[in-house]
Amino acid sequence: MTENFEPVIIGFTCNWCSYRAADLAGTARIKYPPNVRLIRMMCSGRLDPSFVMKAFSEGADGVLITGCHPGECHYLEQNYKALRRFLLMRRTLAQFGIEPGRVKLVWASAAEGVRLANEISKIVEEVRALGPLNWPKWKDNGVHKIALHELEEV
Amino acid sequence: MSANGKPKFAMYWAASCGGCEIAVLNIGEKILDFDANFEVVFWPVAMDAKYKDVEAMPDQSILLTLWNGGIRNKENEEIAHLLRRKSQILVAFGSCATEGCIPGLANFSSTEEIFHAAYDSISSENPEKLRPQYRTQMPEGEISIPEFYPTLRTLDQVVKVDYYMPGCPPESHQIASVIDLVIQVLQGKATLPPAGSVIGAGISTVCDDCPRQRNVKLVKKFTRIQALQNPDPTLCLLEQGVPCNGPATRQGCGALCPQAGAQCIGCYGPAEGVIDYGARLISAFASVIDSTDPDEIEAILDGIPDPAGQFYRFNLAGSLLRAGMKSWSR
Repeated sequence: MTENFEPVIIGFTCNWCSYRAADLAGTARIKYPPNVRLIRMMCSGRLDPSFVMKAFSEGADGVLITGCHPGECHYLEQNYKALRRFLLMRRTLAQFGIEPGRVKLVWASAAEGVRLANEISKIVEEVRALGPLNWPKWKDNGVHKIALHELEEV
Repeated sequence: MSANGKPKFAMYWAASCGGCEIAVLNIGEKILDFDANFEVVFWPVAMDAKYKDVEAMPDQSILLTLWNGGIRNKENEEIAHLLRRKSQILVAFGSCATEGCIPGLANFSSTEEIFHAAYDSISSENPEKLRPQYRTQMPEGEISIPEFYPTLRTLDQVVKVDYYMPGCPPESHQIASVIDLVIQVLQGKATLPPAGSVIGAGISTVCDDCPRQRNVKLVKKFTRIQALQNPDPTLCLLEQGVPCNGPATRQGCGALCPQAGAQCIGCYGPAEGVIDYGARLISAFASVIDSTDPDEIEAILDGIPDPAGQFYRFNLAGSLLRAGMKSWSR
């Protein structure tokens, strides 16, 4: 089973840099593993930690958060906010038993298609080595709190 | 309706401490109004009753059931299904039932660790290292105790819940106003809120009730409130570097703790629209850290030695992840 294990990585990308880096990688035909599912946000500062919790609770084996290099944020300093959230979130997730290697923060400018592709390959291999996370799919008899549906509709 | 024409009321405790019952009794003279309008048919803390008495009642015959406590074992689960069947309105009452509360923190530990803490640890007097057995042979036959589940679940993770009433415990004036509302509904003077609503609390955060002054928050160091030199009694605690959970916590208590000089620990659960309580607090705390240097940020974060305990003290079982890996992995 583990031999055939293909990790599922959710990648959150910034509209102004890392998403364009991924775009550039595509245009330049730079290959990276298909394990990563990229989700575009306007900024890494938009990353609510609940997105990461939801990704892990619904089957992701790893999460990649990407943003502009320090000092280059389109919205001045939101990538620093993402950095602080990431560091605090990683500590919290470790207490849940989610290894720090499963969640990664990478800076990539719009010109760094190669760098982003390399970082994606790296996290895929790291998570492959860690093995599947297999977070339980909790079965409820009742309805869940109202707020959950909001996230699912986005 | 019972023989005397009064609607029936039940209250049950599952994995909880009993504080919710005390909060109900704390409503004072309102308890007389309550008695005039309801007939208590089942309330293990306050009166003698047997499960078979409840089983014998017609379905939907209890108008209002307040349920406090999380679902920790098979007995809790069976009674949850039983009372759901017998009740018209089932309220998840208090933090344990709505989000897991302190008993839910055991979701960070394996069953073995929980049993160890309860029966073998330094705080237990158990020289023979006895452990409870699910089944025991006795001269009269086999006796059994309910199965212990690997994780604690909230009430709405087990049965459908009509209303949520947060708080550890819910404040007595909030309980009194909810009872008032139900009595008014019975008299046709008011209507029930939409199903699934949170009742007996506000929608905003504790910060909105807190009289402390708020400015721009820039924190270079997190510290325990006991270690704070010259605490300012009028300034926001988070601004003074004290990890206060107010920014994510639902209003309803009247910001009692910050007014008494202690940080909010989050017993009223997530504010309206908060999907994951801990995630919201991670965002809030990360926003106030005054640094852009990874090493310095890490050093500041060392001031929060137990982030999961800080962010999920009351909300672990009700969070997106629900339980640490140790509780469910084999």
